[in-house]
Amino acid sequence: MVKRLSVIDSNRCTGCQSCMFACSRRFGVGGLADSAIHVRSVGGIEHGFVVIVCRACPDPPCAKVCPVDALKVRVGGGVILDSTKCIGCGLCARSCPYGAIFWNDRENKPNICVYCGYCARYCPHDVIALEELG
Amino acid sequence: MIGLDEYIRNVLYIDLSRKRFWVDDRRELFEEYLGGVGVASKILMEECPKNADPLGPENVIVFAVGPLNGLFPLASKTVACFKSPLTGFYGESHAGGRSAIAIRQAGYGAIVIKGASEKPVYVAVHGRRVSFRDASALWGLRNSITVGRVLREIEEGAGVRTIMRIGMAGENLVSYASVNTETYRHFGRLGLGAVFGSKKLKAIVVSGKLTLPVSDKKMYREVYDMIYESAIKSAAMKKYHDLGTAANILPLNSIGALPTKNLRQSSFEHAENISGERLAERYLGRRVACAHCPVACIHLAALREPYVTEPYFYKTTMISYDHELLYALGSMIGVKDAEGVLKLIDEAEKWGVDAMMTGTILSWMTEAYERGLIGVDETLGLKLEWGSVEAYTKAIEYIVKAANELYGAAAKGLEALVERYGGEDFALSYGGNGMPGYHTGPGAHLTYLTGARHSHLDSAGYSLDQEILKGKKMNVQDIARELYREESWRQILSSLVVCFFSRGIYTPENVCKALKVLDYDFREDDLKRLGERILRNKNQFKEREGFNILALKFPKRIFETPTSFGMLDEKTLYEGVKEFYSILSAED
Repeated sequence: MVKRLSVIDSNRCTGCQSCMFACSRRFGVGGLADSAIHVRSVGGIEHGFVVIVCRACPDPPCAKVCPVDALKVRVGGGVILDSTKCIGCGLCARSCPYGAIFWNDRENKPNICVYCGYCARYCPHDVIALEELG
Repeated sequence: MIGLDEYIRNVLYIDLSRKRFWVDDRRELFEEYLGGVGVASKILMEECPKNADPLGPENVIVFAVGPLNGLFPLASKTVACFKSPLTGFYGESHAGGRSAIAIRQAGYGAIVIKGASEKPVYVAVHGRRVSFRDASALWGLRNSITVGRVLREIEEGAGVRTIMRIGMAGENLVSYASVNTETYRHFGRLGLGAVFGSKKLKAIVVSGKLTLPVSDKKMYREVYDMIYESAIKSAAMKKYHDLGTAANILPLNSIGALPTKNLRQSSFEHAENISGERLAERYLGRRVACAHCPVACIHLAALREPYVTEPYFYKTTMISYDHELLYALGSMIGVKDAEGVLKLIDEAEKWGVDAMMTGTILSWMTEAYERGLIGVDETLGLKLEWGSVEAYTKAIEYIVKAANELYGAAAKGLEALVERYGGEDFALSYGGNGMPGYHTGPGAHLTYLTGARHSHLDSAGYSLDQEILKGKKMNVQDIARELYREESWRQILSSLVVCFFSRGIYTPENVCKALKVLDYDFREDDLKRLGERILRNKNQFKEREGFNILALKFPKRIFETPTSFGMLDEKTLYEGVKEFYSILSAED
C-alpha cells in the first residue's frame, strides 16, 4: 500500500520540532538543513503551530512544473525525486501551495518527503502519523 | 578534537559602536571549555575590562551554545554572560525557546555584542548575513510582546529563528529588566535587559539551517534514542509536562517552604488557588516546548477577561506561568487567586522585568508601607497592601518609569531601597538578587548566597533540603561540599548546553557518550574537573571586580520564619558559607 504522512491534530503540537530533527537524522546528521517537514507558529506561539508536510497529491503541481522531469509522480500520489536530474531551479518549491518543499542550500536542491514516517516515530504527542493512501 | 564541527568554534563579534561585525575561529576555547557557560565566561573575562560600568559601552554580552545543541534532545538552552547591573558582579542568565537552536544553526558557537549604538538598533543575523537595522520606531513601545509581533512579520526564518527583545524596562535601564525570547521564555535574571537598553539594542534576531555532521552515524542514532526515550518516559519529565514547575506550589506549601508575604510566613492560606493543579484545571490553554525538547514544560494559561464597558466583549490573553512566578507575584505578595497572579505575570511580561525580582521588590515595599517606612506620599497614592493586584499593577509601571524617588530606587533594586528607606532586615536580597521561591532549609539559602549568580538553579540546595527531610544525614559542611559538587557539575550541563530539568538523563556517563558521537574524547573525571575549573573562572571574574563572598549577608528575615526544618541557625549557615568558600578557593 502507498503511504503518506498525515497531520492528525496540529492542536496537539507543542512546537518541539522533534519531527524536523528526526527527518535530518535519517541521513545520520544533526541540524535541520536536510529536513522535509517544518513546524512554525501560527503567527505567534500563543496561537499554536502549523505542521507543514507533503500531502502526496495525486496530481502534484511540483511535478508539473519541473522542467527536467526530476520529479516523478508516484503511483497513488506524491512524487519521487531523481536528484541526478535536478538542476536546482526551485520551481517545485514555488509551486507547492502548502510550502511543503524545503530548500537545501548546501545541495541547492529540494528536500522532498519520501513518506518513510521516521519523523512520526519521534512525535511525542501524536500530531503526525503515516497513513495508507486510497 | 572538534575537527568534525566546523561551526561551533565560530564566534560572531558584533560591535554596536562602529556597526561592524566579524567572525573569529576560537577553536582553542571550545576545545578546552566545550561551549556555553565555559566559553562565555572566558570571553566575558577577555572582553569586559576590570571595573567596567555594567551600563557603559565597555560591558559586553556573550551568548553561547554548546556542542550538543542542534544534535540531541533537551539540549535547548542558550547561556548569556555579562556584567550584571543588578549585583555589580557576574551576570549569567539562561533561556530556551528557539534561541539555542537558532544560534547553532546560524553557524555560531557564540555571539559577542560589544560597544553601544547611539541610536536604537536591532541586529538581524541570518546565517552569515549580519545587518544593523534601525529600531527607533520600536523604541518606546509599551508592550514587549508587540516588538516580537512586528519583527516576526518583517524578518525571515519563521520556525527556525529566535527573536530576543527587551521591553520598556530594558530601555529605561531597570536593573532587573529581562530579555524576552519567543514570547514565553526569558533571560530573566540579573538585568540583561538593561544591558541591551544601555547599548540601545532593542532586539536581536537569529536564524539559520545547517547540517551538523557526526563521527559515527549509527552510534548517533543509538545515543539519541536512548536520551529521547528516557526523556519521554521518565517520571520527572512527566511531571514537567503535566503540570509544569507549578506542580511545586502545593508540596512546598505542605512542608512549610513556600515563601509568603515577604517571608513572614512559609505557608500560604490560599496556596490551593494558585497551585499548578488549579491552573491546569481552570486556565491551561496550551502547552508548548523549547525547540528540540519533547517534554514541553511551558504552560500557557488562557485568561478570559470581560471589558467592563461593553457586554459580551472579551479578551483572551495567553500567559505563561511557572513555579517561580506564582511564588513571586503570588504567595510572596499575598495575591490570593490565580487571576490576580496571571494579570501581574502579564504586566511583568509586557514591561520586560524579571518577575522574581519584581515580586521581592513589591513584597519589601508592602511590608515597608505597613511599617510606615514609606507612605502614600512616596507611593504616589498607592495603598500597597498584601494582595492588592491593582495597586501592584500600577506600581510596576511606576517602577519601570522611575516615577519618583521611591520608584527610582525600586528600579535599581532592594539594596537601593534599603539604603534610602531602611528595612534591611526584611529585604530578601542575596548579593543584590531577590530570593527564589523555596524556603526549604539550609541548603536553599546556602545556594542563594554562594551560587555564582545567586540563583536557586546554581546548586539547587532546595532539592538537597528535600532529600535531607526524607532522612539523608548531613551537617552543614556536608551540605556545602555537596552544593559545590552540584554547582561544578552544572557548569558542564550549561556548557553543552542542556536544560537542567534533564540533569537526571544527562548523567556523566551519558554526556560522555553523546560527546563521543561528536568525536570529543572526554572521560567522566575530565568533565568533573572541567566543571570545577569553569566555576573557578566565574569566581575569578567576580573577585577581579572586588567580590568577597565572606562579606555577604543572609537576610535577617530568613532566621525569623520557620523552614521545613524549623528555625535556621544563623551561625551554622555562615559556617556553611565558609566551608563552601574554602573548597572553592582551595582549588585555585
